[in-house]
Parts: sequence; C-alpha cells; structure tokens
Amino acid sequence: MINETLVELSRWQFAITALFHFLFVPLTLGLTWILFIMESVYVMTGREIYRDMTKFWGKLFGINFAIGVATGLTMEFEFGTNWSYYSHYVGDVFGAPLAIEGLMAFFLESTFVGMFFLGWDRLSKRQHLMGTFLMALGTNLSALWILIANGWMQNPVGSEFNYMTMRMELVNFSEIIFNPVAQVKFIHTVAGGYVAGSMFVLSISSYYLLKGRDVAFAKRSFSVAAGFGLAAILSVILLGDESGYEVGEVQRVKLAAIEAEYHTEPAPAAFTLIGLPDDEAMETHYSVKIPYALGIIATRSLDEEVIGLRDLQKAHEPRIRNGMIAYEYLMKLRNGEDTPENIVKFNEVKHDLGYGLLLKRYTNNVVDATEAQIQMAVKDSTPAVAPVFWAFRMMVASGFIMLLLFALAFYYNARREIEQKRWLLKAIFFALPLPWVAIETGWFVAEFGRQPWAISEILPTFLSTSDLAVGDVMFSLVAFIVVYSILFVIEMYLMIKFARLGPSSLHTGRYHFEQAPELTSGLRSQNS
Amino acid sequence: MFDYETLKFIWWCLIGFLFIGFAITDGMDMGVGGLLPFVAKSDAESRVVINTVGAHWDGNQVWFITAGASLFAAWPLVYATAFSGFYFAMMLTLFSLFLRPLAFDYRSKIDSLKWRTNWDKALFVGSMVPPLVFGVAFGNLLQGVPFNFDSLMRVTYTGSFFALFTPFTLLTGIVSVAMMLMHGSTWLVMRTDEDVAQRSANFGRVIAIVLSVSFIIAGLMVWHNVDGYLVVSAIDTLGQSQPTIKSVVTSSGAWLTNYKETPLLWLVPITGILAPFLVAALLSVKKKSTSVKVTAFIGSSITIISIILTAGISMFPFVMPSSSHPSHSLLMWDTVSSEGTLNLMLIVVAIFVPIILGYTIWCYKKMWRTVTVAEIEQNSHTAY
Repeated sequence: MINETLVELSRWQFAITALFHFLFVPLTLGLTWILFIMESVYVMTGREIYRDMTKFWGKLFGINFAIGVATGLTMEFEFGTNWSYYSHYVGDVFGAPLAIEGLMAFFLESTFVGMFFLGWDRLSKRQHLMGTFLMALGTNLSALWILIANGWMQNPVGSEFNYMTMRMELVNFSEIIFNPVAQVKFIHTVAGGYVAGSMFVLSISSYYLLKGRDVAFAKRSFSVAAGFGLAAILSVILLGDESGYEVGEVQRVKLAAIEAEYHTEPAPAAFTLIGLPDDEAMETHYSVKIPYALGIIATRSLDEEVIGLRDLQKAHEPRIRNGMIAYEYLMKLRNGEDTPENIVKFNEVKHDLGYGLLLKRYTNNVVDATEAQIQMAVKDSTPAVAPVFWAFRMMVASGFIMLLLFALAFYYNARREIEQKRWLLKAIFFALPLPWVAIETGWFVAEFGRQPWAISEILPTFLSTSDLAVGDVMFSLVAFIVVYSILFVIEMYLMIKFARLGPSSLHTGRYHFEQAPELTSGLRSQNS
Repeated sequence: MFDYETLKFIWWCLIGFLFIGFAITDGMDMGVGGLLPFVAKSDAESRVVINTVGAHWDGNQVWFITAGASLFAAWPLVYATAFSGFYFAMMLTLFSLFLRPLAFDYRSKIDSLKWRTNWDKALFVGSMVPPLVFGVAFGNLLQGVPFNFDSLMRVTYTGSFFALFTPFTLLTGIVSVAMMLMHGSTWLVMRTDEDVAQRSANFGRVIAIVLSVSFIIAGLMVWHNVDGYLVVSAIDTLGQSQPTIKSVVTSSGAWLTNYKETPLLWLVPITGILAPFLVAALLSVKKKSTSVKVTAFIGSSITIISIILTAGISMFPFVMPSSSHPSHSLLMWDTVSSEGTLNLMLIVVAIFVPIILGYTIWCYKKMWRTVTVAEIEQNSHTAY
C-alpha cells in the first residue's frame, strides 16, 4: 500500500528545495542580460562607468549565482534519491532534455561565468563581452530545456507506454520540443526572470537615488532596468501562459481550478475576480465576476466554453474504469500471457492506464476497486481549488503592481524627472520582493495545479516516490531546512552588505564611500 | 544508424567517458580543495591555490552534472536504483557539494581571517567527502548491492547506510581520494611557484605511492575476497530493457573473467599501478621544466582513466549487481533507455562534446599562467 506520510514528506521536500532554488534562478536569468546590455554599452562607448556598472551588478550577480549553483545540485540528485519510481517510469523521455540541458546550456553558462568574473584582465574587451553573452545564452538555454522537460510533465506528448519495460518511451522528440505548453512556459518563465533582474537593479538603484549617492551610476543603472523591465513585464502579462491551458486535459483542469469554476458556464465565461472556493460543496461562494473576461483570456474567443470541474471529474470516471481494464491486461502481459489478443486489448485502453493507477492509493490490485473507491479516485482526479485560486491571484496582483511601477519608472526616467519623484523611488524600493512573490506563486499554480499527477494522466504523484523509510525523508527534510536557512542567511548578509556599499565595493576610488573616508571607514575596512 | 546492441555498448563507453571527464576536471578541483590546508600556509597562499581553479571549477562541475543527467537519460533504472538505494550517502555528498560554490565565491568577499579560514574548511570538506563517497559507492558496486524489483519494476533497497562501509569499500574510498589529491598536486605544480609548488610536489609524490599501493591491495581483494558476478543464461543484447529475466551467479574471482578472456586488457590495471610511480618520479625532479610538470599532469590523468576503466572492465557487462537478488542485477545490456533515446542522445553528444571541449580549452588557454603571491596581492579585490 501507499505510505501517505512518505508521499507527503517527499512532496514537501521537493517543493521546499525547488522553491528555494527558484529564488535564485530568475535573478540569474534576468541579470545576465542586464550585465550584457551594460557591458555592450561599455564596449561601444568606452565609458568607464558602464564597466563599473557591469562589475558591480556582476558582484551581486555572483553572490546570487553561487547559491543558485549549490541548490541546483539538489534538483539533479532528487529525482533519483526521492522519486526513483518516477525516474524509472519516465527517465527514457524526461532524462533526455535534462542531459541536453547539461551539454548545451550548463557547460556554456558555467564555463563563461568564470571568464566573466576573472577574465577582465586576460581577455580583450570584445572577447569578454562575447563571454558575457555566452553566459547569458547558456543560462537561458538551460531554462529552455528544463521547461521542455516540465512542459512534458504537464502535457506528455511524443511518447508511449511500453508494457515490456514498464515505462514511458520516447517516440517523437520534435513533438516534445515543440510542445505548445513548453513553448509558452518558456517565454513566460524567462520573461518572469527578466522582470526579477530588472526589479532588483531598479530597487537598489532607487535606494542610491533616495540616499543621493553615486547618482550618475544609479541613474544609468535605473534607466537600463526600467527599459528592460517594462519590456519584460509586458511580455509576462501579454504572453502569459494562459494559451497553454487550452492543450491537454490536466491543463484544462488547472484552468478550472485557477478560476474556481466548478460549473461549466456558457461561452464566453466570466472571470471570477475573487471568491471563496469550497471543494466539498463544489461551489464558489461570494464570487465577484467580470463578464466575458475568462473566455477571452483562456480561449481567446467568444464562443468556446471553459469546462467546469464537475464536468471534468464526471469525464474522468469512465477513464478510471477503463484504466482498471488496462491494468488487468497489463498484469496479464507482464505475467507471461502476452498473447496477440491481450496486446491488442491492452493497446485499446492503455491511454487510460494512468487513471487506473489513481486507484492504487486505495487498493493495490486496482482491478478489485469498490464503487466507493472509484468515486474517491474521481474526487482525487482534480486538485484542491483554494490554494491554486489564491496563488494565481497573488501572482496576477503582483504582476499588475509591477507593470504600473515599471511604466511610471520608464515614463519619469524618460522625462528625466525620476530623482524628484521620491514617492515612486520609495514604492519601487519596497516593491523589491514582488517578482519573487509572483514567481513562487506562479510556480505553485503550475505544479500544485497539476496534482494528482506527476506526469499528467500517466503517473500519479503518490506512486512516483522512492521506497524509503519515513524517518529517512524526515531526516533529510529537516537537514535541508536547517542547511538552507543557514545558506540563506549567509547569502542575504553578503547581498545586503554589498548592495548598501554600492559601487564603492569596486575600490576604484571614484565612488561615494571612497570620497569621505572619515565617515565611512567602518563600512569600508571590512570589505574587498 | 547503429543497431541497438552497438548503441548500448557506445553508451557504456560514453557514461564511462563522462565520469572520467568528471574525475579529471572536477576531480582536479577537489584535489586542489583537499590539498589547501596542507600546501598553503598563509591567506595569500590559500588564494593562490584557489585561484588556480577559480575560473574553471564551475565549468568542471558540469561534468558531474552532465554525467548524472546522462545516467538518468541513458540508464534510468541505474540512476533510480543507485540514488535512492544510497540515500544517505547521496545526501552526504550533496550537502558537501553545497559548500564548494559558496566557498569559492564568498571566501574573499570579506577581509576577515576567521571568515576565510572557515570557508577554507568548508572547501576542504566539500572537496574530500564527495570523492570518498564515490569511492565507497564504487566499492559497493563491486561487492553487489541489496535491491530487488517488484512486478511493476518498483525498486526496493534492503541495505543500510552503515553497511556501505566495509574494509574493501573503505579501501576503494581511499583509492578515490588519493587519485584526486595526486591529480590536484600535479595541477598545483604546473600552476603555482615557490613554496606552494614545492609543498604540492612533496605531498603529491607520497600520495602517488599510497594510491598505487592501495590500488594493488584492492585488486588483490577483488581477486580473493570479493565475489564477482556472472551471467549464466543467454543475454539478449538486442533485447529491450528487462533486467529481471536472466540468471546470475556469484563466484570468487569472477570479476577477473574479462581479463582472463582478453589478456590484452591487463594493460589497463598495469598502467593504473605504474603510472603513479612515474608521477612520483617526475614530482621528485628538483628543477622541473615545463615538460616535466605537464608530463606529471598527463601521467596523473592516465592513472585516473586506467583506474576507472579497470573497475568498469572488471564488472562489464554489470553496472550494478544485486547481492540479494543476483538475477535482478543491472547490466549495460538490459537496463538501458529505448533505442530512440540512445540514438538521439548520441547525436547530441557527438555535436556538443567537441564544442564543449573547444571552448573549454580556449578558456584554459586564456587563463593560463603561474599564479603567484605577488599577483594575488596586486589584484586583492578582484581575485577569488
């Protein structure tokens, strides 16, 4: 039988380690391009201040990058250590993009990151700039491949189950690459990273402007971030990944959960701005709705329906019953009765095998499931609505606040009035956490909204774990929490220290704390 | 392009290539991290040591990441079984590996001796624990690991963390650590000067002898004390990945079968025994010319290749034998990804490995110099 505690702990561990890793990745995605923009200006104009900008923001980038690399290793290990059945079941398909990510992206990014930090005196200007470009390219290619892998979990195209090897196998790799879910996810995620990088530079530059120090440096950094950030936030919102919710059953379920739409409404559906979802009653109480909005956002049309959770669940019931038949024939095939008739019969229903596996939570044999167990599996076939509903709204709210801030920043910066708009600089400074709120809640919507599946309609999450003792995972989970907390404190300590110090940390003799040594000796003596 | 049988063999070679690549590149960084407390006596000297690999450690670490991911892609069941079975060993490795990126990047950010010596310790742990665990793990592969599959191919591991440590596996752990330390010392001899280079040479030649001797003893134990595994049923080398339908027996000395059948293969372990002596001799030369230093480094790389290959050839076609259910042992014939995946990944490797080698070598060339205390003092704010 399934050990529910083990499943819960494994999920918590993966969620915590992935969310933690994803604090650092988006900033890397965005900052690498910002560094490339700054350095390009330096190479083209030869003005030293742009080299200083590249080096200083590069310093902060490095502090973030190191912990990103460290916590990224966990993701590499964890599929095998904690999700070994998953690794076996889909490694043939899922492993390929991961390995390609290593070969095509990680090597590039990691090799040139060393050149970025330590190659200033050893490379020509153009060579160094090319290195910075390759580092940014590698980082973004890495996001591409990981999202192709993730897109396949959401919408598993291009693959087929093989009863002999008892796993999913690759059939058509180009379908996996051009999976529409993967494509929109990639755009949405990297643009989200660009927003994070821009907000980071924008907020910290605002801090210097508010303090009135290193103004020339801060204004130039502010300009780059405002322009890049406005373009990025517009991409995130306009190219949001709603269009990906059209493809695949699980994406449709996710969309209904995001909207707390229990009932199918006639097209075009209204968008539930806010409300209280109730999974027991399958109703949303006190909802405030905007007519037509959901239909337009989700289906990009006025005449297509967005199907509600009740109807989605109803459609899952026959698939679960089919899945029981698929499981029955699978057992026959694996126990030596692999006659041509049995193979034909299995192939007729094997696309529903995953739904049959949902019953494993209640009965190990699947085929002997009672009516009550089937109904429970039907209930299980969609995620809890409220967490997805609220997380989505937090993401969208953060996104629109940032849109407003970037637009204002861009506008006043273009009018050269930004220094006078202290209220805006303050608002931008305090908005620093917003990209992370949006990114983490967005990740949560995508992955929690996929439940109960690890691989949509193919492999339930609860079956995917390793066969470990509860105590083992408890121990490692606690260790992760403790060690990650320590790493986070160290990282934040350095980040805040260097952000406050600003470009003076470059020791060029040109910046604020180097001008008035008697005021700042305390801060200065400690740093390199 | 290739038939399934050939593809399977190519992937056995490629996985070996990636792990050897990891051992030669990232293993060098680990050796350097492990040598740090012994060859550097001041902060400036520590920075000299660290900056010899400062620009490269991250790229080098990707060999490890890629080897792991390729294991996932090409031998998913091996990845699943090894990583979940060796759970605590893997966690120990992982937590130690956290320390390296942070130590490299954060150490010199703050000019405090306490801060820096603490990161030096972290770097030492992060550099020595992983090769030790990998060595112990390899020893366990040779001994066989207790695991089995149910009818749905769900793996159950029945061993414990402490059972991983036996005299034999500790010895293979020492071989692995010594390999990295010797390799790191030949690197430091090439890239540093004066006291640091001298201490590295002194340390390296002792470690080289330790390595050769422990490798010989491990070999003798494989001959007499550690039972090998043998497939006694026919193997369908063209067949699908089904690792539970064969018959396997254990017998003393079975790991020498391949060497007995193809005596030419004896050259591999013999090279593994002799090459460290060459390294030790070269490191003992008083006034080392560039070619002596480079030859020592190449000798050390050849040692690594030979030792890893020796283990691989001994076990071939086994990758991960099961001690509790020998017939569930994982072979490179019956534990692989589908033909389509292997083909695809081979194309990717064929395209990207030459590109990777190209730009990696370019970067090494650009950063090539003898790192000196004077240089570090001059670039105190930009160096690691």
